[in-house]
Amino acid sequence: MTALKDLINWLASPAIAVTLSMIGLVGAMFVKPLWTKKGGLVLFATLAGGFAFSFTDPNFRIVATMPDNVPILGMLFLVGFFFWYAMYQAHLNDARLAAGQPPLEKEDSDKKVFSWPDLVYVELVSLIICSIVLVVWSIVLKAPLEEPANPGAAPNPAKAPWYFLGLQELLVYFDPWMAGVVLPTLIIVGLMAIPYIDTNPRGNGYFSFRERKWEIVMFCFGFIILWVVLIILGTFLRGPNWNFFGPYEYWDPNKLVPLNNVSVSEIFWVKWLKTALPTFWLKRELPGILLILFYLGALPGLLSKTLFRRFYEKMGTVRFFVGVNLFLIMLAVPIKMYLRWIFNLKYIVNIQEFSFNI
Amino acid sequence: MSLERHWKKIQQQVVETQVWKSIFRVGIPNTNRKRVLAMLGNVVLHLHPVKTRKSGVKMRYTWCAGGMTFFLFLTLTFTGLLLMFYYRPTIEYAYGDMLDLREQVPFGIMREMHRWGAHAMVISVWIHMFRVFMTGSYKPPREFNWNVGVVLLVLTLLLSFTGYLLPWDQLAIWAITVGSNMARATPLAGNEGPFSAQIAVNGVNLVTAGSDARFGLLGGRIVGANALLRFYVLHCVFIPLIAAFLMAVHFWRVRKDGGISGPL
Repeated sequence: MTALKDLINWLASPAIAVTLSMIGLVGAMFVKPLWTKKGGLVLFATLAGGFAFSFTDPNFRIVATMPDNVPILGMLFLVGFFFWYAMYQAHLNDARLAAGQPPLEKEDSDKKVFSWPDLVYVELVSLIICSIVLVVWSIVLKAPLEEPANPGAAPNPAKAPWYFLGLQELLVYFDPWMAGVVLPTLIIVGLMAIPYIDTNPRGNGYFSFRERKWEIVMFCFGFIILWVVLIILGTFLRGPNWNFFGPYEYWDPNKLVPLNNVSVSEIFWVKWLKTALPTFWLKRELPGILLILFYLGALPGLLSKTLFRRFYEKMGTVRFFVGVNLFLIMLAVPIKMYLRWIFNLKYIVNIQEFSFNI
Repeated sequence: MSLERHWKKIQQQVVETQVWKSIFRVGIPNTNRKRVLAMLGNVVLHLHPVKTRKSGVKMRYTWCAGGMTFFLFLTLTFTGLLLMFYYRPTIEYAYGDMLDLREQVPFGIMREMHRWGAHAMVISVWIHMFRVFMTGSYKPPREFNWNVGVVLLVLTLLLSFTGYLLPWDQLAIWAITVGSNMARATPLAGNEGPFSAQIAVNGVNLVTAGSDARFGLLGGRIVGANALLRFYVLHCVFIPLIAAFLMAVHFWRVRKDGGISGPL
């Protein structure tokens, strides 16, 4: 039992958990048997069983039942269910499309019904169910209220509201101006840009996977991995001093994690060229700056001629470069995480003179 | 007479009273004509089209996630108004009012409904967005409405964030401290952000802890009395008004862009 819990603690550590969930999610989307009723039951049983098992552990129970962590458990199951449900319907439709039939929704969409009673009653029933759930939830579970606010006594860990914990988790890998300002802005901009970048006319108004594979993989990567998984990581697995704690580990405030982070400039000048760091910031940080310029400036152009040429031809210049830059920035998040995990890399560009660190 | 016939008779009599007829002009919508009139004559129902695509009526397709979000917004507006009877946004009273809401108000579950409902709304907005994405419903002609939806998603998070401070307990103040510390790192506009130290006149910094983006958000250097009042006003008036306006646009555009999406 202890060995199993140790294994799960190890599997839950950020580097492994993020890797596994990335491979797991993207891989799973192509495994058809998962997106059937049987597959859904297996997925649900695994998730629920894992939780039931975990609840026998006192350390897990303390964290999972913390105030405001309850909705996250709800979110986990709801997002999980609806992800399965969307994929289930998508694969049903895909089978029909492959057989030359229209999607399931097509039969219905040609018919129109009177909104009274068909639509109004569906809404009424949803409304009643929603009210009942909310009232029962409110009677059963008291809203959390902690000690009165004390500006002098910071709790450890001090956490943002749960829906921002993914962003707070990014603070481990990025400076606040990136994790707290630039990346959230780009998430909003990126979401808004989706309908203008995506020129694929198919899959409009029905569930389908095979007609929109890359759009769906990219969106789910952002939504499930970079948003939901990071929230869960930040909620359940980050304890005092924002140190990582496995799900069955006690949140020990004295846990020490050795940190010896380096920057690209240190690797380049000190480690490779065996000289002291140049004093002038531009010279010192040139390697990092060139890396960034290459990544965001030259790489999109290269991709348009090679790997993504098909997209470039289909999308046109403006769409392609906006889309690819947003995609590369999204990809930069896990890239930076891996650079940290593998090389202890803290900054690619480290211009303390202007507080400009990437 | 059987029970059913009694019931029919009572129903008949109620429907024919002057009071009933003055409220429901159409009567029981048992013909197509009356179904149309019922939808058109009611201010709430006329948000809907008279006829809807059959696929758009099905839970299987819409998950009712958007409708659920709207309903939760209404619930939150109502419970929030009730909470405003008791709650005073000052650091002297705020926490005490929370205790009173918990201990003194009979059958008091308004705070619980407001808090859990708020969490539920955040989740249902995400699920709505996910559904709209997975059905490709953002594609033409609905691009603009997807954008309105993204703004509404952000407003939902901001509503939840501003409301998070109001209980004025440790959870509230430190969550908002952690969150608003990010504003300090805004490039150019936050005092710890990139290049802001370079904005100086004759060696005097213009962007300081007393004039940066975080100060503007909180009305002070720390999460204190001004921040509480600001968040209260943002939470109860400012953001709900904008959100309500954008919801009207959102619903209007659903209809103008061809109703709930479906295969062409």
